[in-house]
Amino acid sequence: MGNFWIVLIISAIVATLPLLLAIPLIWIERKVAARIQDRIGPNRVGPMGLIQPIADALKIITKEDITPAGADKFIYNIAPIISVGSIVLMWAAIPLGPRLPNARMIGVDLEIGILYVIAVASFGTLGTLMAGWSSNNKYALLGAFRVVAQLVSYEVPLVLALMIPVMLAGSLDIQDIIVSQRAMWFFVMAPLAAFIFFISAQAETGRGPFDLLEAESEIIAGYNIEYSGMKFGLFFVGEFVHVLTNAILLTHLFFGGWWGPFIFLQEYTLFGFIPGALINIVLGLFYMTIKTAVLYFFMLLLRNSLPRVRIDQLMDFNWKFLVPVSIVNLVVTSFLLKVAQAGGFGIGPDQVNLYVNANLANVLPVTLLLLVGNLVIVGGLIGIYGRQIRSERVAAEAAAVGD
Amino acid sequence: MNVLIEWAPIGLFFIIAVILPAAPIVVAALLNPKMPNDVKLSTYESGVETVGDTWVQFKVQYYIYGIVFLVFDVEMIFLLPWAVAFNELDFFAFGAGFLFIFLLTDALIYAWRKDALEWS
Repeated sequence: MGNFWIVLIISAIVATLPLLLAIPLIWIERKVAARIQDRIGPNRVGPMGLIQPIADALKIITKEDITPAGADKFIYNIAPIISVGSIVLMWAAIPLGPRLPNARMIGVDLEIGILYVIAVASFGTLGTLMAGWSSNNKYALLGAFRVVAQLVSYEVPLVLALMIPVMLAGSLDIQDIIVSQRAMWFFVMAPLAAFIFFISAQAETGRGPFDLLEAESEIIAGYNIEYSGMKFGLFFVGEFVHVLTNAILLTHLFFGGWWGPFIFLQEYTLFGFIPGALINIVLGLFYMTIKTAVLYFFMLLLRNSLPRVRIDQLMDFNWKFLVPVSIVNLVVTSFLLKVAQAGGFGIGPDQVNLYVNANLANVLPVTLLLLVGNLVIVGGLIGIYGRQIRSERVAAEAAAVGD
Repeated sequence: MNVLIEWAPIGLFFIIAVILPAAPIVVAALLNPKMPNDVKLSTYESGVETVGDTWVQFKVQYYIYGIVFLVFDVEMIFLLPWAVAFNELDFFAFGAGFLFIFLLTDALIYAWRKDALEWS
Protein backbone atom coordinates (compact mmCIF):
# COMPACT_ATOMS: atom_id res chain seq x y z
CA MET A 1 0.00 0.00 0.00
CA GLY A 2 2.98 2.30 0.59
CA ASN A 3 3.75 1.96 -3.09
CA PHE A 4 0.36 3.48 -3.94
CA TRP A 5 1.09 6.65 -1.99
CA ILE A 6 4.47 7.09 -3.69
CA VAL A 7 2.82 6.74 -7.10
CA LEU A 8 0.11 9.19 -6.02
CA ILE A 9 2.64 11.80 -4.89
CA ILE A 10 4.72 11.44 -8.07
CA SER A 11 1.58 11.73 -10.21
CA ALA A 12 0.40 14.81 -8.33
CA ILE A 13 3.79 16.53 -8.76
CA VAL A 14 4.06 15.68 -12.47
CA ALA A 15 0.47 16.80 -13.08
CA THR A 16 0.86 20.10 -11.24
CA LEU A 17 4.10 21.00 -13.00
CA PRO A 18 2.59 22.02 -16.38
CA LEU A 19 -0.02 24.22 -14.72
CA LEU A 20 2.65 25.96 -12.63
CA LEU A 21 4.82 26.42 -15.71
CA ALA A 22 1.95 28.29 -17.36
CA ILE A 23 2.67 31.29 -15.08
CA PRO A 24 6.19 32.05 -16.42
CA LEU A 25 5.07 31.04 -19.92
CA ILE A 26 2.43 33.79 -20.00
CA TRP A 27 5.07 36.33 -19.01
CA ILE A 28 7.52 35.08 -21.68
CA GLU A 29 4.77 35.09 -24.31
CA ARG A 30 3.79 38.68 -23.55
CA LYS A 31 7.39 39.93 -23.38
CA VAL A 32 8.42 38.29 -26.66
CA ALA A 33 5.26 39.45 -28.45
CA ALA A 34 5.86 42.98 -27.11
CA ARG A 35 9.48 43.04 -28.30
CA ILE A 36 8.49 41.85 -31.79
CA GLN A 37 5.82 44.56 -31.95
CA ASP A 38 8.28 47.20 -30.66
CA ARG A 39 6.57 47.57 -27.30
CA ILE A 40 7.90 47.06 -23.75
CA GLY A 41 5.32 44.59 -22.51
CA PRO A 42 4.36 44.08 -18.86
CA ASN A 43 6.73 46.11 -16.65
CA ARG A 44 4.70 47.46 -13.70
CA VAL A 45 4.02 44.57 -11.31
CA GLY A 46 7.27 43.28 -9.86
CA PRO A 47 10.73 43.50 -11.47
CA MET A 48 10.30 43.53 -15.27
CA GLY A 49 6.64 42.69 -14.76
CA LEU A 50 7.47 39.20 -13.53
CA ILE A 51 4.59 39.15 -11.03
CA GLN A 52 2.09 40.23 -13.70
CA PRO A 53 0.78 36.69 -14.51
CA ILE A 54 0.05 36.09 -10.81
CA ALA A 55 -1.84 39.38 -10.60
CA ASP A 56 -3.77 38.35 -13.72
CA ALA A 57 -4.58 34.97 -12.19
CA LEU A 58 -5.88 36.65 -9.02
CA LYS A 59 -7.97 39.03 -11.09
CA ILE A 60 -9.44 36.31 -13.31
CA ILE A 61 -10.41 34.15 -10.33
CA THR A 62 -12.58 36.93 -8.88
CA LYS A 63 -14.30 37.73 -12.19
CA GLU A 64 -17.94 36.89 -12.74
CA ASP A 65 -18.48 33.66 -14.61
CA ILE A 66 -21.25 34.02 -17.17
CA THR A 67 -23.04 31.01 -18.64
CA PRO A 68 -25.19 32.16 -21.56
CA ALA A 69 -28.88 31.37 -21.25
CA GLY A 70 -29.06 29.14 -24.31
CA ALA A 71 -25.91 27.13 -23.58
CA ASP A 72 -25.79 23.40 -23.04
CA LYS A 73 -24.69 23.80 -19.41
CA PHE A 74 -23.07 20.42 -18.74
CA ILE A 75 -20.93 20.36 -21.90
CA TYR A 76 -20.22 24.08 -21.55
CA ASN A 77 -18.78 23.59 -18.07
CA ILE A 78 -16.85 20.40 -18.77
CA ALA A 79 -15.11 21.67 -21.96
CA PRO A 80 -12.30 23.70 -20.30
CA ILE A 81 -11.63 20.80 -17.92
CA ILE A 82 -11.12 18.43 -20.84
CA SER A 83 -8.97 21.00 -22.63
CA VAL A 84 -6.53 21.31 -19.70
CA GLY A 85 -6.92 17.68 -18.63
CA SER A 86 -5.58 16.45 -21.96
CA ILE A 87 -2.38 18.44 -21.38
CA VAL A 88 -2.01 17.00 -17.88
CA LEU A 89 -2.44 13.51 -19.32
CA MET A 90 0.21 14.21 -21.94
CA TRP A 91 2.69 15.16 -19.24
CA ALA A 92 2.18 11.79 -17.57
CA ALA A 93 4.38 10.04 -20.12
CA ILE A 94 6.86 12.78 -21.09
CA PRO A 95 10.31 12.10 -19.62
CA LEU A 96 12.10 14.98 -17.89
CA GLY A 97 15.38 13.16 -17.32
CA PRO A 98 17.29 9.92 -17.76
CA ARG A 99 15.98 6.51 -16.76
CA LEU A 100 18.16 5.60 -13.79
CA PRO A 101 18.52 2.35 -11.86
CA ASN A 102 16.74 3.62 -8.76
CA ALA A 103 15.09 6.85 -9.90
CA ARG A 104 12.91 8.01 -12.76
CA MET A 105 12.16 11.44 -14.12
CA ILE A 106 8.83 10.56 -15.70
CA GLY A 107 5.29 10.24 -14.40
CA VAL A 108 4.48 6.86 -15.90
CA ASP A 109 7.17 4.93 -17.76
CA LEU A 110 5.22 3.51 -20.70
CA GLU A 111 6.62 1.28 -23.43
CA ILE A 112 4.48 3.02 -26.05
CA GLY A 113 4.88 6.50 -24.59
CA ILE A 114 4.80 8.51 -27.80
CA LEU A 115 1.63 6.79 -29.06
CA TYR A 116 -0.04 7.49 -25.71
CA VAL A 117 0.98 11.17 -25.83
CA ILE A 118 -0.42 11.64 -29.35
CA ALA A 119 -3.61 9.80 -28.38
CA VAL A 120 -4.42 11.88 -25.31
CA ALA A 121 -3.47 15.07 -27.15
CA SER A 122 -6.58 14.53 -29.30
CA PHE A 123 -8.74 14.99 -26.21
CA GLY A 124 -7.84 18.68 -26.52
CA THR A 125 -9.60 18.81 -29.90
CA LEU A 126 -12.66 17.31 -28.24
CA GLY A 127 -12.62 19.98 -25.51
CA THR A 128 -12.42 22.78 -28.06
CA LEU A 129 -15.20 21.25 -30.14
CA MET A 130 -17.43 20.87 -27.09
CA ALA A 131 -16.82 24.48 -26.09
CA GLY A 132 -17.78 25.78 -29.52
CA TRP A 133 -20.81 23.54 -29.87
CA SER A 134 -22.32 24.14 -26.44
CA SER A 135 -21.96 27.95 -26.39
CA ASN A 136 -25.09 28.51 -28.50
CA ASN A 137 -23.29 31.15 -30.51
CA LYS A 138 -22.73 31.17 -34.26
CA TYR A 139 -19.18 32.48 -34.03
CA ALA A 140 -18.32 29.79 -31.52
CA LEU A 141 -19.89 27.14 -33.72
CA LEU A 142 -17.90 28.34 -36.74
CA GLY A 143 -14.78 28.14 -34.60
CA ALA A 144 -15.68 24.59 -33.61
CA PHE A 145 -16.13 23.57 -37.26
CA ARG A 146 -12.73 24.95 -38.06
CA VAL A 147 -11.28 23.03 -35.13
CA VAL A 148 -12.53 19.78 -36.61
CA ALA A 149 -11.19 20.61 -40.05
CA GLN A 150 -7.81 21.97 -38.91
CA LEU A 151 -6.69 20.02 -35.84
CA VAL A 152 -7.86 16.73 -37.27
CA SER A 153 -6.18 17.31 -40.64
CA TYR A 154 -2.83 18.36 -39.24
CA GLU A 155 -2.67 15.22 -37.13
CA VAL A 156 -1.96 13.22 -40.31
CA PRO A 157 1.42 14.82 -41.21
CA LEU A 158 2.24 14.99 -37.48
CA VAL A 159 2.00 11.22 -37.06
CA LEU A 160 3.63 10.52 -40.43
CA ALA A 161 6.61 12.71 -39.44
CA LEU A 162 6.69 11.03 -36.04
CA MET A 163 7.12 7.68 -37.77
CA ILE A 164 10.68 8.56 -38.87
CA PRO A 165 12.25 8.78 -35.36
CA VAL A 166 10.21 5.72 -34.36
CA MET A 167 11.68 3.89 -37.33
CA LEU A 168 15.25 5.01 -36.59
CA ALA A 169 15.04 4.13 -32.89
CA GLY A 170 12.91 1.03 -33.45
CA SER A 171 10.79 1.90 -30.42
CA LEU A 172 7.73 3.86 -29.34
CA ASP A 173 9.31 4.48 -25.94
CA ILE A 174 10.33 8.15 -25.67
CA GLN A 175 13.27 7.27 -23.41
CA ASP A 176 14.54 4.79 -26.03
CA ILE A 177 14.18 7.39 -28.77
CA ILE A 178 16.25 9.85 -26.70
CA VAL A 179 18.97 7.33 -25.81
CA SER A 180 19.32 6.24 -29.44
CA GLN A 181 20.26 9.83 -30.34
CA ARG A 182 23.50 9.60 -28.36
CA ALA A 183 25.71 9.66 -31.42
CA MET A 184 23.62 11.84 -33.72
CA TRP A 185 20.46 13.91 -33.36
CA PHE A 186 17.60 12.69 -35.49
CA PHE A 187 17.28 16.29 -36.66
CA VAL A 188 20.48 15.78 -38.66
CA MET A 189 19.29 12.43 -40.01
CA ALA A 190 15.76 13.57 -40.90
CA PRO A 191 15.51 17.39 -40.98
CA LEU A 192 12.45 17.30 -43.24
CA ALA A 193 10.48 15.18 -40.76
CA ALA A 194 11.49 17.61 -38.00
CA PHE A 195 10.21 20.58 -40.00
CA ILE A 196 6.94 18.83 -40.84
CA PHE A 197 6.49 17.94 -37.18
CA PHE A 198 7.24 21.54 -36.18
CA ILE A 199 4.70 23.01 -38.62
CA SER A 200 1.97 20.48 -37.74
CA ALA A 201 2.61 20.95 -34.04
CA GLN A 202 2.17 24.70 -34.51
CA ALA A 203 -1.14 24.06 -36.29
CA GLU A 204 -2.22 21.54 -33.63
CA THR A 205 -1.97 24.21 -30.93
CA GLY A 206 -4.06 26.54 -33.08
CA ARG A 207 -1.65 29.45 -33.19
CA GLY A 208 0.94 31.02 -35.37
CA PRO A 209 -0.25 31.56 -38.91
CA PHE A 210 -2.81 28.79 -38.28
CA ASP A 211 -4.97 30.49 -35.62
CA LEU A 212 -8.14 30.25 -37.68
CA LEU A 213 -10.16 28.67 -34.91
CA GLU A 214 -9.93 31.92 -32.96
CA ALA A 215 -9.45 34.42 -35.78
CA GLU A 216 -10.28 37.73 -34.11
CA SER A 217 -11.01 39.59 -37.31
CA GLU A 218 -13.39 36.97 -38.71
CA ILE A 219 -15.16 35.10 -35.92
CA ILE A 220 -14.35 37.47 -33.01
CA ALA A 221 -12.78 34.90 -30.66
CA GLY A 222 -13.97 31.62 -32.06
CA TYR A 223 -14.84 28.73 -29.82
CA ASN A 224 -14.23 30.58 -26.52
CA ILE A 225 -16.27 33.72 -27.29
CA GLU A 226 -18.91 33.08 -24.59
CA TYR A 227 -16.44 32.05 -21.89
CA SER A 228 -15.45 34.39 -19.09
CA GLY A 229 -13.59 34.28 -15.81
CA MET A 230 -11.66 31.21 -14.78
CA LYS A 231 -13.02 28.96 -17.56
CA PHE A 232 -11.70 31.37 -20.18
CA GLY A 233 -8.39 31.42 -18.33
CA LEU A 234 -8.18 27.63 -18.38
CA PHE A 235 -8.42 27.55 -22.18
CA PHE A 236 -5.43 29.86 -22.33
CA VAL A 237 -3.45 27.90 -19.77
CA GLY A 238 -4.16 24.84 -21.90
CA GLU A 239 -2.94 26.56 -25.05
CA PHE A 240 0.28 27.91 -23.52
CA VAL A 241 1.21 24.59 -21.96
CA HIS A 242 0.32 22.72 -25.15
CA VAL A 243 2.88 24.81 -27.05
CA LEU A 244 5.50 24.05 -24.40
CA THR A 245 4.61 20.35 -24.52
CA ASN A 246 5.05 20.33 -28.29
CA ALA A 247 8.43 22.03 -27.92
CA ILE A 248 9.46 19.33 -25.43
CA LEU A 249 8.21 16.56 -27.74
CA LEU A 250 10.17 18.06 -30.63
CA THR A 251 13.25 18.19 -28.38
CA HIS A 252 12.82 14.55 -27.40
CA LEU A 253 12.13 13.22 -30.88
CA PHE A 254 14.64 15.17 -32.94
CA PHE A 255 17.09 17.05 -30.71
CA GLY A 256 18.24 14.40 -28.26
CA GLY A 257 15.97 15.34 -25.35
CA TRP A 258 17.87 15.41 -22.07
CA TRP A 259 20.93 13.85 -23.68
CA GLY A 260 24.14 15.87 -23.72
CA PRO A 261 27.80 15.80 -22.73
CA PHE A 262 28.76 14.39 -19.30
CA ILE A 263 25.66 12.22 -18.92
CA PHE A 264 26.62 8.59 -18.25
CA LEU A 265 23.99 5.91 -17.86
CA GLN A 266 26.06 3.59 -15.65
CA GLU A 267 26.23 4.22 -11.91
CA TYR A 268 29.18 6.23 -10.63
CA THR A 269 30.10 8.79 -7.97
CA LEU A 270 32.00 12.02 -8.55
CA PHE A 271 34.79 12.82 -6.04
CA GLY A 272 33.57 9.87 -4.01
CA PHE A 273 30.48 11.59 -2.58
CA ILE A 274 28.35 13.18 -5.35
CA PRO A 275 26.09 10.45 -6.80
CA GLY A 276 26.13 10.26 -10.59
CA ALA A 277 22.34 9.99 -10.65
CA LEU A 278 22.05 13.51 -9.20
CA ILE A 279 24.43 14.90 -11.82
CA ASN A 280 22.46 13.13 -14.56
CA ILE A 281 19.18 14.59 -13.34
CA VAL A 282 20.50 18.14 -13.02
CA LEU A 283 22.39 18.09 -16.31
CA GLY A 284 19.50 16.38 -18.12
CA LEU A 285 17.04 19.03 -16.97
CA PHE A 286 19.53 21.74 -17.93
CA TYR A 287 20.05 20.43 -21.50
CA MET A 288 16.36 19.78 -21.97
CA THR A 289 15.41 23.26 -20.77
CA ILE A 290 17.88 24.97 -23.12
CA LYS A 291 16.77 23.00 -26.20
CA THR A 292 13.09 23.43 -25.35
CA ALA A 293 13.52 27.16 -24.73
CA VAL A 294 15.13 27.67 -28.14
CA LEU A 295 12.36 25.74 -29.91
CA TYR A 296 9.68 27.52 -27.88
CA PHE A 297 11.17 30.84 -28.90
CA PHE A 298 11.00 29.81 -32.56
CA MET A 299 7.34 28.88 -32.09
CA LEU A 300 6.65 32.33 -30.61
CA LEU A 301 8.57 33.97 -33.44
CA LEU A 302 6.52 32.08 -36.03
CA ARG A 303 3.30 33.01 -34.27
CA ASN A 304 4.06 36.70 -34.03
CA SER A 305 5.65 37.34 -37.40
CA LEU A 306 3.49 35.57 -39.98
CA PRO A 307 0.06 36.72 -41.22
CA ARG A 308 -2.93 34.42 -40.82
CA VAL A 309 -3.73 32.12 -43.74
CA ARG A 310 -7.19 31.66 -45.25
CA ILE A 311 -9.03 28.45 -44.45
CA ASP A 312 -8.86 27.10 -48.01
CA GLN A 313 -5.12 27.84 -48.05
CA LEU A 314 -4.81 26.11 -44.69
CA MET A 315 -6.50 22.93 -45.88
CA ASP A 316 -4.69 22.94 -49.22
CA PHE A 317 -1.36 23.39 -47.46
CA ASN A 318 -2.07 20.34 -45.33
CA TRP A 319 -3.63 17.90 -47.79
CA LYS A 320 -1.86 18.93 -50.98
CA PHE A 321 1.56 19.74 -49.56
CA LEU A 322 2.35 18.42 -46.07
CA VAL A 323 0.68 15.00 -46.40
CA PRO A 324 2.18 14.11 -49.81
CA VAL A 325 5.59 15.40 -48.72
CA SER A 326 5.52 13.39 -45.50
CA ILE A 327 4.51 10.24 -47.40
CA VAL A 328 7.36 10.76 -49.88
CA ASN A 329 9.68 11.44 -46.96
CA LEU A 330 8.60 8.20 -45.27
CA VAL A 331 9.11 6.16 -48.45
CA VAL A 332 12.50 7.68 -49.28
CA THR A 333 13.80 7.42 -45.71
CA SER A 334 12.71 3.80 -45.27
CA PHE A 335 14.13 2.87 -48.68
CA LEU A 336 17.49 4.51 -47.91
CA LEU A 337 17.61 2.80 -44.51
CA LYS A 338 17.22 -0.58 -46.22
CA VAL A 339 19.87 0.38 -48.78
CA ALA A 340 22.22 1.25 -45.94
CA GLN A 341 21.47 -2.08 -44.27
CA ALA A 342 22.23 -3.92 -47.49
CA GLY A 343 25.47 -1.98 -47.71
CA GLY A 344 26.43 -3.05 -44.19
CA PHE A 345 26.47 0.41 -42.57
CA GLY A 346 22.77 0.69 -41.75
CA ILE A 347 20.97 0.87 -38.42
CA GLY A 348 20.06 -2.51 -37.01
CA PRO A 349 20.75 -5.02 -34.27
CA ASP A 350 23.69 -6.61 -36.14
CA GLN A 351 25.00 -3.40 -37.72
CA VAL A 352 25.11 0.07 -36.12
CA ASN A 353 23.10 -0.48 -32.96
CA LEU A 354 22.13 2.98 -31.74
CA TYR A 355 21.85 1.72 -28.17
CA VAL A 356 25.15 -0.18 -27.91
CA ASN A 357 27.94 0.63 -30.33
CA ALA A 358 26.92 3.95 -31.84
CA ASN A 359 29.57 6.62 -32.19
CA LEU A 360 30.03 9.51 -34.56
CA ALA A 361 32.25 7.55 -36.97
CA ASN A 362 29.94 4.63 -37.66
CA VAL A 363 26.70 6.67 -37.65
CA LEU A 364 28.11 9.20 -40.12
CA PRO A 365 27.65 7.15 -43.35
CA VAL A 366 23.94 6.44 -42.77
CA THR A 367 23.40 10.03 -41.63
CA LEU A 368 24.95 11.40 -44.80
CA LEU A 369 22.85 9.03 -46.92
CA LEU A 370 19.61 10.13 -45.22
CA LEU A 371 20.64 13.78 -45.41
CA VAL A 372 21.25 13.47 -49.15
CA GLY A 373 17.81 11.82 -49.48
CA ASN A 374 16.21 14.74 -47.65
CA LEU A 375 18.05 17.25 -49.83
CA VAL A 376 16.85 15.45 -52.97
CA ILE A 377 13.23 15.69 -51.76
CA VAL A 378 13.64 19.40 -50.97
CA GLY A 379 15.30 19.96 -54.35
CA GLY A 380 12.43 18.20 -56.11
CA LEU A 381 9.89 20.31 -54.23
CA ILE A 382 11.70 23.53 -55.14
CA GLY A 383 11.74 22.35 -58.77
CA ILE A 384 8.01 21.57 -58.87
CA TYR A 385 6.80 24.61 -56.95
CA GLY A 386 9.33 26.96 -58.51
CA ARG A 387 8.00 26.13 -61.96
CA GLN A 388 4.42 26.56 -60.78
CA ILE A 389 5.14 29.93 -59.17
CA ARG A 390 7.03 31.10 -62.27
CA SER A 391 4.17 30.18 -64.60
CA GLU A 392 1.71 31.94 -62.28
CA ARG A 393 3.88 35.05 -62.27
CA VAL A 394 4.13 35.01 -66.07
CA ALA A 395 0.34 34.69 -66.30
CA ALA A 396 -0.11 37.58 -63.85
CA GLU A 397 2.30 39.77 -65.80
CA ALA A 398 0.54 38.96 -69.06
CA ALA A 399 -2.80 39.90 -67.44
CA ALA A 400 -1.29 43.17 -66.18
CA VAL A 401 -0.03 44.05 -69.67
CA GLY A 402 -3.48 43.28 -71.08
CA ASP A 403 -4.99 45.93 -68.81
CA MET B 1 -0.69 -8.47 -15.22
CA ASN B 2 2.52 -6.54 -15.80
CA VAL B 3 0.78 -4.37 -18.38
CA LEU B 4 -1.92 -3.63 -15.83
CA ILE B 5 0.61 -2.44 -13.25
CA GLU B 6 2.38 -0.34 -15.85
CA TRP B 7 -0.84 1.39 -16.88
CA ALA B 8 -2.47 1.69 -13.44
CA PRO B 9 -0.90 5.13 -12.70
CA ILE B 10 -2.50 6.41 -15.92
CA GLY B 11 -5.86 5.81 -14.28
CA LEU B 12 -4.66 7.92 -11.38
CA PHE B 13 -3.64 10.61 -13.85
CA PHE B 14 -7.13 10.57 -15.35
CA ILE B 15 -8.57 11.41 -11.92
CA ILE B 16 -5.96 14.10 -11.28
CA ALA B 17 -6.49 15.52 -14.77
CA VAL B 18 -10.16 16.11 -13.91
CA ILE B 19 -9.62 17.42 -10.36
CA LEU B 20 -6.75 19.81 -11.16
CA PRO B 21 -8.55 22.00 -13.74
CA ALA B 22 -11.85 21.71 -11.86
CA ALA B 23 -10.31 23.11 -8.65
CA PRO B 24 -9.77 26.72 -9.89
CA ILE B 25 -13.29 26.74 -11.37
CA VAL B 26 -14.75 25.73 -8.01
CA VAL B 27 -12.60 28.29 -6.15
CA ALA B 28 -13.62 30.98 -8.62
CA ALA B 29 -17.27 30.01 -8.21
CA LEU B 30 -16.94 30.61 -4.47
CA LEU B 31 -15.16 33.97 -4.84
CA ASN B 32 -16.73 35.69 -7.81
CA PRO B 33 -19.79 37.94 -7.84
CA LYS B 34 -23.02 36.57 -9.31
CA MET B 35 -25.21 39.27 -10.81
CA PRO B 36 -26.86 37.77 -13.90
CA ASN B 37 -29.42 39.64 -15.93
CA ASP B 38 -31.15 38.95 -19.22
CA VAL B 39 -28.86 41.11 -21.35
CA LYS B 40 -25.72 39.65 -19.79
CA LEU B 41 -26.86 36.09 -20.40
CA SER B 42 -27.90 36.69 -24.00
CA THR B 43 -25.76 35.35 -26.84
CA TYR B 44 -22.90 37.67 -27.76
CA GLU B 45 -22.67 38.14 -31.50
CA SER B 46 -21.00 41.57 -31.72
CA GLY B 47 -24.04 43.31 -30.29
CA VAL B 48 -26.36 42.20 -33.07
CA GLU B 49 -29.59 40.41 -32.16
CA THR B 50 -29.28 36.67 -32.76
CA VAL B 51 -31.29 35.50 -35.73
CA GLY B 52 -32.75 32.02 -35.80
CA ASP B 53 -31.37 28.80 -34.38
CA THR B 54 -27.64 28.59 -33.65
CA TRP B 55 -27.17 24.94 -34.50
CA VAL B 56 -27.60 25.46 -38.21
CA GLN B 57 -26.67 23.39 -41.23
CA PHE B 58 -23.10 23.85 -42.31
CA LYS B 59 -20.72 23.14 -45.14
CA VAL B 60 -20.57 19.45 -46.05
CA GLN B 61 -16.84 19.86 -46.75
CA TYR B 62 -16.10 19.66 -43.02
CA TYR B 63 -17.52 16.12 -43.02
CA ILE B 64 -15.49 15.10 -46.07
CA TYR B 65 -12.25 16.23 -44.42
CA GLY B 66 -13.30 14.24 -41.37
CA ILE B 67 -13.79 11.09 -43.45
CA VAL B 68 -10.47 11.50 -45.29
CA PHE B 69 -8.77 11.99 -41.93
CA LEU B 70 -10.39 8.80 -40.61
CA VAL B 71 -8.94 6.78 -43.50
CA PHE B 72 -5.45 8.09 -42.82
CA ASP B 73 -5.68 7.82 -39.06
CA VAL B 74 -6.61 4.14 -39.10
CA GLU B 75 -3.98 3.31 -41.71
CA MET B 76 -1.27 5.10 -39.75
CA ILE B 77 -2.04 3.01 -36.69
CA PHE B 78 -1.36 -0.06 -38.86
CA LEU B 79 1.91 1.47 -40.07
CA LEU B 80 3.30 2.12 -36.59
CA PRO B 81 4.17 -1.54 -35.78
CA TRP B 82 5.90 -1.72 -39.16
CA ALA B 83 7.95 1.36 -38.23
CA VAL B 84 8.86 -0.02 -34.81
CA ALA B 85 10.10 -3.35 -36.21
CA PHE B 86 11.62 -1.69 -39.28
CA ASN B 87 15.31 -2.35 -38.59
CA GLU B 88 14.75 -6.10 -38.22
CA LEU B 89 12.38 -6.53 -41.17
CA ASP B 90 13.25 -8.87 -44.02
CA PHE B 91 12.68 -7.97 -47.65
CA PHE B 92 9.13 -9.34 -47.84
CA ALA B 93 7.83 -7.46 -44.78
CA PHE B 94 9.54 -4.31 -46.03
CA GLY B 95 7.80 -4.68 -49.39
CA ALA B 96 4.45 -5.31 -47.71
CA GLY B 97 4.84 -2.03 -45.83
CA PHE B 98 5.59 -0.27 -49.10
CA LEU B 99 2.48 -1.76 -50.67
CA PHE B 100 0.48 -0.45 -47.74
CA ILE B 101 1.92 3.06 -48.12
CA PHE B 102 1.15 2.83 -51.84
CA LEU B 103 -2.51 2.10 -51.02
CA LEU B 104 -2.47 5.06 -48.63
CA THR B 105 -1.12 7.30 -51.39
CA ASP B 106 -3.69 5.87 -53.77
CA ALA B 107 -6.47 6.89 -51.38
CA LEU B 108 -5.06 10.42 -51.22
CA ILE B 109 -4.82 10.67 -55.02
CA TYR B 110 -8.38 9.33 -55.37
CA ALA B 111 -9.71 11.89 -52.87
CA TRP B 112 -7.75 14.60 -54.66
CA ARG B 113 -9.06 13.64 -58.12
CA LYS B 114 -12.64 13.44 -56.77
CA ASP B 115 -12.28 17.05 -55.53
CA ALA B 116 -12.75 15.94 -51.93
CA LEU B 117 -9.85 18.20 -50.95
CA GLU B 118 -11.25 21.34 -52.61
CA TRP B 119 -12.57 23.89 -50.16
CA SER B 120 -14.96 25.80 -52.45
